[in-house]
Amino acid sequence: MTEPRKTPAWFEERLGLASMRKFLAHKTVPVHAGTMWYYFGGITLFLFVIQVLTGTLLLLYYRPSPGEAYESVQFIMTRVQFGWLVRSIHSWSANLMILSAFIHMFSVVFLRAFRQPRELTWLSGVALLGLALGFGFSGYLLPWNTVSYFATKVGTDMAAAVPVLGHFIARFLRGGNDVGGATLTRFFGFHVAVLPGLTTLLLLAHLALVQKHGMSSPRWAEEEYERKHMPLPQMPFFPNFFLRELMAWYAALGVLGSLAALFPWELGLKADPFAPAPAGIRPEWYFLAPFYTLKLIPSHVWVFEGELVGLLGFGLLALWWVALPFWAVDRKGVERTRWVTGAGVLLLAYLTTFSALGYWR
Amino acid sequence: MRRALAVLCFAVSLSAADTCVECHSVLDGNLQAPAKAFSNDIHSRFGFSCADCHGGDRTASDPEQSMSRAHGFIGKIPRTAIPERCGHCHSDAAFMEKYKPRQRVDQLTQYKTSVHGKRLAAGDTAVATCIDCHSVHDIREAKDPLSPVHPLRLPETCARCHADPGHMAKYKLPTDQFAGYRKSVHWEALAQRGDLSAPSCASCHGNHGAQPPEVASVAAVCGTCHVMMEDLYKGSPHAPVFASMGAAGCVVCHSNHEIKRPGIGMLAGPNAVCSQCHDSDSAGGKAAIEMARQIGNLDKAIEKSDRILAVAQQSGMEVSEALLRQREAKEALVKAAVAVHAFQPAAVQKPVQEGLAITAETYHAGVSALDERRFRRVGLGVSLTAILITMLGLWLTIRSIESRKQESVRQPPAG
Amino acid sequence: MEQARRSLLRWLLGGGFTASIISFLYPAFRFMSPPEVPEASVDEVSAGKTQDLKANQGKIIKFGNLPVLLIHTSAGEWRAFSAVCTHLNCTVQYRESSRQIWCACHNGLYNLNGQVVSGPPPRPLNEYSVHIRGDEVVISRRA
Repeated sequence: MTEPRKTPAWFEERLGLASMRKFLAHKTVPVHAGTMWYYFGGITLFLFVIQVLTGTLLLLYYRPSPGEAYESVQFIMTRVQFGWLVRSIHSWSANLMILSAFIHMFSVVFLRAFRQPRELTWLSGVALLGLALGFGFSGYLLPWNTVSYFATKVGTDMAAAVPVLGHFIARFLRGGNDVGGATLTRFFGFHVAVLPGLTTLLLLAHLALVQKHGMSSPRWAEEEYERKHMPLPQMPFFPNFFLRELMAWYAALGVLGSLAALFPWELGLKADPFAPAPAGIRPEWYFLAPFYTLKLIPSHVWVFEGELVGLLGFGLLALWWVALPFWAVDRKGVERTRWVTGAGVLLLAYLTTFSALGYWR
Repeated sequence: MRRALAVLCFAVSLSAADTCVECHSVLDGNLQAPAKAFSNDIHSRFGFSCADCHGGDRTASDPEQSMSRAHGFIGKIPRTAIPERCGHCHSDAAFMEKYKPRQRVDQLTQYKTSVHGKRLAAGDTAVATCIDCHSVHDIREAKDPLSPVHPLRLPETCARCHADPGHMAKYKLPTDQFAGYRKSVHWEALAQRGDLSAPSCASCHGNHGAQPPEVASVAAVCGTCHVMMEDLYKGSPHAPVFASMGAAGCVVCHSNHEIKRPGIGMLAGPNAVCSQCHDSDSAGGKAAIEMARQIGNLDKAIEKSDRILAVAQQSGMEVSEALLRQREAKEALVKAAVAVHAFQPAAVQKPVQEGLAITAETYHAGVSALDERRFRRVGLGVSLTAILITMLGLWLTIRSIESRKQESVRQPPAG
Repeated sequence: MEQARRSLLRWLLGGGFTASIISFLYPAFRFMSPPEVPEASVDEVSAGKTQDLKANQGKIIKFGNLPVLLIHTSAGEWRAFSAVCTHLNCTVQYRESSRQIWCACHNGLYNLNGQVVSGPPPRPLNEYSVHIRGDEVVISRRA
């Protein structure tokens, strides 16, 4: 029987934790007016972990076939102990996670954290946002109720409008020509295996890069302290920042629990592929902006189909946004500050306005 | 003038197969209207021409020929001759089979038995003939929503005469039927719910053989749809009594045109129908009050369950099973209302008891749902408290760590 | 004094932390333990034994939450239809005398294929599949 004091040494010998502990002890977080934005990466990660945990629990009862999906969710909501809580937390946390991811991304833009040498961190982050949206899209179908079915139909129809590859993409997503049982099985596979696998890899890369480069501070903070001839104040990650992060995570848990208990996620009605689409069908809020934009575009713009123009527009916008770190700095190495801020503000304004319009119209 | 017309028609006819329509469409006013309307007429779709009713020669371009008596031209058909004219084809089974094999061919026979037909035969041209209901020159199928005999338009077609006091004065018939019918549940079903199976004038009065149902057959007419009510009524004490009184069955309580949604207000209360004959302390009066009480109980129980389930559902609780069970309770209520037609409280009691058993269940489900809701909120409170305490602890820890750091900065370590 | 404050802080943090973890883990463990009725069964319903329903008879069975009419025809076939009348949602019944499905509310009539014969119903009744397993009658949704 090893003595208690020797036990850490036993692990130390085998895991070599001392170097990790030293690294963590030296990790710091810059303190300036924009420090509060540093929490959002962690909150997104925390909410993702919540998703994995609640999702795993839901896996114990969920059945991915059209004949059983809705009934199994109904079973979870009505018969399983605290099933309502696990399911509602899963649905609410999905939305909060995506919101948090967007906030994190925009704070990175406005604080210019994508600057060299963090371009790869930015790329992996944008890819993670894409995966999060994929999680949202695939997960939305799984309860197999009316809104899920028709939202998926509309969404995959949009995919089909992509030139050349559209038909193939839509078939690949749907597992056939129409949204049906094959789609459900496939989306389930994406949601619980493919996307988590990809996300884990990208997440590890993203976090490793963040540890490697440390926390970036905005230029205006650096310059402010340069003028004062003082180093930019830093807060130790352990325990100061981490304790604060824990507070934020606990607050998130409180919000999630309240939402789940006071506004439980609805069951809806079982999907009926033969019924006509209900009026006012629309996707979840994070897809509302592109959805509403497509509604506004006339059916034909000059000689091209309106939908095609819209999708091309989104594609170009996405490419331009992803390439942000590369055009944010000109060939001489001077930052295009106004461009970046302007781009960020415009995109944020576009997304919020069109999401609001899409919701209320 | 005639020569000009002839030339015009000749010019027009060079490319026409139906000179009647071709010529008349370029005329004015009343001479043009029928030709313009005819393209919408079902007869034109089957290749018929004006000449098939009005006589004449549809291929001739010279008006002297196309509208000559020698070719059978009748011109304007006198009203008394209209039914026979339509019946010339529409009563000929072999002929109709060529166009619409399943269409009935007894309309003229039926018409002759109707009040309209009999009066027309006696020379009264103010009564309805075929064209008054079916229109003329733009006759559409009854299932066409623009047809005057489409279920949704039929009442106003009948009302054109039957709601006109000036027109109906000499027949000494009332003219309030249309107004009454528009307030009825049947019109509501037809016009607002779009239930085309709901009755309008022709459903009860017949269409071609239109007659008001005889007093003795009213219950049978209503019973074509309301079978259960008719069965119960026939076995009830009211049937022989009303028959001997010459009272028109269902109409006595429910009225004929202004049939309102029934309720327990018909059984008991200030506007009760029963109290029009039965004193409140008579056997009949007491039975009415008892039946009203029973149904009222079930109604209230259903409402109570509905309310609690609505609250539960609003706050996000899953009560879909209980809501579906409420359907059955409402069915029991319908059964109880039907049972009234036996006019015995015992008959009403059975479905009422069944319904009350169901509402007891659904109410209990609602109570459980609200209990669960309370449990969740208490649970939320507990976990939020734990969370807040932890957050407080974290915050204080941060503060104490950082104040210690500040102190150690202010007081440099000794040595 | 400082010590007292520090230990109060420890208690607060430790206690709060433990309580919060329990409040998270308790529902999770309750969730994982199977409920009394271990699974949702809505695709298939057992409708009793074949001996229970003689030829030319019908009875109402609960399928999920909605009623289904099971008919043992005079020819010995087993049929099942949704028992919700397509007119105004009353529950239909089997009429032995006329071998038809009848709705008491407004005299709607359906034949043994669920199609409307007469009366107000606008649409036929949805059919369900019936399988005989041994001597058990099983009703399931049509694929």
